Amino acid sequence: MIVAASAGNALVWVVWVVAAFACLGSGIAVVSFSNPFYSALALIGNLGSLAVLYLLLSAEFVAAAQVLIYAGAVMVMFLFVIAYLGGRADAPWAGGPSWQTVGAVAAAAALLVEIIVAIGLKAGGSLAHGKTYAGFGNPRSIGRVFLTDHLLAFEITSIVLLIAAVGGVVLGSYARREHWGSDRAKPEAER
Amino acid sequence: VKGPEVAWYLAVAAFLFATGALGVLIRRSPLIVLLSLEIMLNGGNLALIAMARHVGNLGGQIFALAVMAVAASEVVVGLGLIVAIARRKLDLDVDKLRTLRG
Repeated sequence: MIVAASAGNALVWVVWVVAAFACLGSGIAVVSFSNPFYSALALIGNLGSLAVLYLLLSAEFVAAAQVLIYAGAVMVMFLFVIAYLGGRADAPWAGGPSWQTVGAVAAAAALLVEIIVAIGLKAGGSLAHGKTYAGFGNPRSIGRVFLTDHLLAFEITSIVLLIAAVGGVVLGSYARREHWGSDRAKPEAER
Repeated sequence: VKGPEVAWYLAVAAFLFATGALGVLIRRSPLIVLLSLEIMLNGGNLALIAMARHVGNLGGQIFALAVMAVAASEVVVGLGLIVAIARRKLDLDVDKLRTLRG
């Protein structure tokens, strides 16, 4: 019994290490690929390995939503736009280190150190897995909590999505009018 | 089955957030800036879900779902802006789009 439990624990560790390194590696790949198409593909891998981490944290519904919404819908939209724009290359490290790249790396490193110090100071070594109940994180429990305790958040989310849909339509209709910017600048008689 | 402690997940989340911030600061193509923003949001989501597991309360997972909805809206508006910029034959380079600067 104990042997089986420790074997299961080792398996979870193996899955965690693989998923975490895939997650970090694909994140770095997104930032460093010069072709935006490859960056988007790397981000799909990043989202998939994050879904594995969510499953290990017993967040089944969020993992499923991550794969369906993010890796499915959002990334398809990204790939459509990249295909439409023709995926212009943009070399991130071209032209040697400028003050801007040095500053960016320093700022990101400072952010990382800051987060880790803040977490370590706040909860040093006391971050064990908490007590959960049966069905923690499955669709049934998520749905119940979402529609009772967090009903306001649910409604606000729907309004945010509606506003985004309206904004997308408005931006798209402006993009279809080819010269709306230069046309507006002209005086009334020339139109 | 327990696996690694919640602190390890938080470390991964911190690395993801810093990677995304690096991408936002260093890249010039607005498409890749948006992709890096997605990485930052996902780092935040991972931290939320890890702390939900630590506390044993579903509130963190609900928050993560709301963050996902906000991220999807942000992608819609951001990609709409990028397509509008490309249609007006402007350079897709965030260093050159500086007309809005005060």
